[in-house]
Amino acid sequence: MINENNIVFQVRNLTKVYQMGDVEVHALRGADLELYTGELIVLLGPSGSGKSTLLNILGGLDTATSGFVSYRGKDLTRASEQELTEYRRFHVGFVFQFYNLIPSLTARENVAVVTEIARNPMSPEAALAMVGLSDRLDHFPAQLSGGEQQRVAIARAISKNPEVLLCDEPTGALDSQTGIVVLEALERVNRELGTATAIITHNVDIAGMADRIIHLSNGRISEVAVNNSRKSPRDIQW
Amino acid sequence: MKSLDRKLWRDVWHMKGQVFAITLVVVSGVATFIMFITTMHSLDYTRSSFYRDYNFADVFVNLKRAPESLKEKIKEVSGVKDVETRVSAHVKLDISGFAEPVTGRIISIPDDGRPLLNRLYIRQGRIPDPDKDNEVVIAETFAEAHGFALGDQFAAVINGKWKKLIICGIALSPEFVLVMRQYAMSPDFKRYGILWMNRKAIGKAYNMDGAFNDVALTLYPGVKVTEVLNNLDNIVGKYGGYGAYARKDQISHRLLNEEFNMLKTSSRIFPTIFICVAAFLLNVVMSRTINTQREQIAALKAFGYDNFVIGIHYAKLVVLIIAAGLMIGIGSGIWLGKILGGIYMEVYRFPALTFILEPWVIIAAVVISIVSALAGTLHSLWRAAGQPPAEAMRPEPPAKFKVTLIEKTGIGRWLTQPTRIIVRNIERKPIRTFLSILGIAVACATMISSGFFKDSVDYMVNVQFVLSQKEDIAVAFTDPTSYKALYEIKRMEGVHHAESFRTVPVKLKYGLNSYKTVINGLEQENLLHPLVDTNLNQVIMPKEGIILNDYLGEILGIKAGDFVTVETLEGARTIRQVPVVALTKLYLGVMAYMDMQALNRLMKEGDAVSGIYLTADSRKQEKLYGAFVNMPRVSGTIVRNNEIRNFYDVQAKGMLFFTFIATIMACSISIGVVYNNARIALSERSRELSSLRVLGYTRGEISYILLGELAIITLAAIPLGFIIGYWLCAYIAQALASDLFRVPLVIEMKTLALAAAVVLTAASLSGLIVRHKLDHLDLVEVLKTRE
Repeated sequence: MINENNIVFQVRNLTKVYQMGDVEVHALRGADLELYTGELIVLLGPSGSGKSTLLNILGGLDTATSGFVSYRGKDLTRASEQELTEYRRFHVGFVFQFYNLIPSLTARENVAVVTEIARNPMSPEAALAMVGLSDRLDHFPAQLSGGEQQRVAIARAISKNPEVLLCDEPTGALDSQTGIVVLEALERVNRELGTATAIITHNVDIAGMADRIIHLSNGRISEVAVNNSRKSPRDIQW
Repeated sequence: MKSLDRKLWRDVWHMKGQVFAITLVVVSGVATFIMFITTMHSLDYTRSSFYRDYNFADVFVNLKRAPESLKEKIKEVSGVKDVETRVSAHVKLDISGFAEPVTGRIISIPDDGRPLLNRLYIRQGRIPDPDKDNEVVIAETFAEAHGFALGDQFAAVINGKWKKLIICGIALSPEFVLVMRQYAMSPDFKRYGILWMNRKAIGKAYNMDGAFNDVALTLYPGVKVTEVLNNLDNIVGKYGGYGAYARKDQISHRLLNEEFNMLKTSSRIFPTIFICVAAFLLNVVMSRTINTQREQIAALKAFGYDNFVIGIHYAKLVVLIIAAGLMIGIGSGIWLGKILGGIYMEVYRFPALTFILEPWVIIAAVVISIVSALAGTLHSLWRAAGQPPAEAMRPEPPAKFKVTLIEKTGIGRWLTQPTRIIVRNIERKPIRTFLSILGIAVACATMISSGFFKDSVDYMVNVQFVLSQKEDIAVAFTDPTSYKALYEIKRMEGVHHAESFRTVPVKLKYGLNSYKTVINGLEQENLLHPLVDTNLNQVIMPKEGIILNDYLGEILGIKAGDFVTVETLEGARTIRQVPVVALTKLYLGVMAYMDMQALNRLMKEGDAVSGIYLTADSRKQEKLYGAFVNMPRVSGTIVRNNEIRNFYDVQAKGMLFFTFIATIMACSISIGVVYNNARIALSERSRELSSLRVLGYTRGEISYILLGELAIITLAAIPLGFIIGYWLCAYIAQALASDLFRVPLVIEMKTLALAAAVVLTAASLSGLIVRHKLDHLDLVEVLKTRE
């Protein structure tokens, strides 16, 4: 399974320094990582360990200070603003802790926001069906529960048939019951569509559903654990 | 408290763009308010002190000739305090190097050089030497218009005799604060002057030794003026009295009053509009700003600050935000008030303008601004502080939306998601959308209401001077003259066409109401001076009866079909009942019109004429002026082109200045409103737009969502602004109607276009600034924060 062609992301000696007034914050101090096709990884680590920074750089939301990131062989560190927009538009699906749905659009329309600009999207209905929301198509965010809103966000992220799905604390704002439903949706997408998925979490238990668990601390990758028996979200408890 | 205050300054700094826009609005409102009111107060105060210090008379009467002994009789009239008899006359002036006709009024001053009433303020030089009969003091406006200095000479035709005069002094008088010929359309400082001469010198020239033809008198306080006028008329009647009149009908005072009333009305309307608009906008802006601080308020409460302390904190924020605007507004209001006062002083001559700044004006401006801003804040603050902190800190649930009406019509299928976002946002908060539209519309309307003045003036000038005064020259005779004079003038070289007219000073009475004016007698075949109503139709003169303009009709409370009592104040002094044939809407003056022959029948005169209107070859006009100067019967000549120029140069100047200021203020209000609207929309929507950026939307695509909404609001506001602007103008036109003129409600396309252009430009610039901000949205930040 591991060969050059399967590599989605390649990260080499990545650093990120934020200038916060007079203080320099070293968010990443030389991280190395690969992400492979169809793989589901979980990024674990305490606050400030650099998880979100890494994910943002992978997603084209932020640029590195030094080092190298490539997506399918294309150098993201040298990409222009316009190229990054295009990259996000056609290749990446995002899921955030606070859903970031557009309140004025229904579930279906929130997904359509993405499918309208994507190259080879599935229909909004199909995307919503994958996350089990076929009966909530015409509901506005205000009419949906937190878990449902997050599942709309997942549907929105996968509807463009992205190569990668990047999720930053997708269950952070949810109770455990609802969280499991959301994780199931992510797991199903990963399994059925083969979308490479990276999930940031604080929750060690969630790591059980990953192929690999990447530990970050102090801006570096401190440990990579391979999980040979992925658990179903249903069997995870927290 | 200290750290809260630090937060205050940083918040203000953070909001600097919006603070700037709010400052614009406050400055405009406050400056206009202060400018108008201080100018009003200053002129009012200056006038009354000039009147008081220089003994301006209360009652005036002109007559043919009466012996000096009559003065004692006049003094005996109950209520009369001081009496001064004078000799005055209309003279033609001959100024070398100035070919056009110039007329003047010459008035006597007592030989001791000290008038009891209407005393002169000598600006330069001295009063005439009692032993010299060729020294004159002239009015300052006349001296300035011709560049006269002390010792300069010019000639006058006094009682038919050409006489050289030497200027010994330049003066002002409370009687001639505004120097203007009776029945003229506008003051003409170059072609009409006031001269003061020794009583002895004029008396000799006019055969008035031991006699007089002009009386001025003051009354004791509380005396009934009408009784005095009646008694006076009885006394001077047999000496050819032209009817006594009170100060309120004295031409300079009356016109000054008209102007003051207009200024008073303007200083009521414009500052009210401006300060209300500013207040409304402050209210909207502040309430939306406080809404964006919801979480901070909750956090402060969670730390243990109570509602009162938080309230004070935000009150300070509000005061801080508008403080700069208040200070700049007060400063520029005072500055502009001085300029406007200076412009009025060019036309209305007082010794010096005393600038009056009443403390309450500033206090009112400050209080209105702060209260309206606080009122806007209070509501939002109340809502934010009313919630338990935990609830306020929790992310707000997603706003409630529904499918809009527009989409339900079926168009919805064709809308892209970004367009849908725009439509639903507009429809979700109809009140806020409406307020945004209203704010911009009101700014647009303010622009129109200030531009409308110039349109009306242009229109009035067109109706008055182009449509209804087609003559090149109007020639007036000293006394009613035989109709034959017309043929005489027709024969003069260069005259193309000539028509005669007759004017008779009268007192019109109906019931208890009366009004002194003139009846204009016009020829039936009237080509040069047609009477034009407000629909621009020529009024056909009936062979019998009288036509009143509607404003005069209102004053008398009379309607068509009623009989008006006409008391003529000249010649045979008949009193007759004349049927009112029609009330016609006219823009200028308060006059009555009759067929010339009917008027002559009323006067029991033959074919008498008061003057001639004529058109002439432009190359021969100068020669004609010279000929008229030398005709003893001709008392004066008016050249139409001069009248038009003067109207703009003199009359309209003050008005056009404040129009200009009002336009600038309205402009900055427009910019302030539109920009604020855009900035607030940006701060409210940046999270949503960033999310779309993260999903792969380009800068252009997300700009479309925000700017598209702003564009729709702006476009909707413009027609509404036109409607509100029209109402505002209609109200102003109606409020400004006076004896002098009715303001026609005319709004030119270009005024509308300018208003729209300013709003659109403000919107585009704001759009560009917002677009710049959108291009620099922090995408990472937005993912961390909640709504």
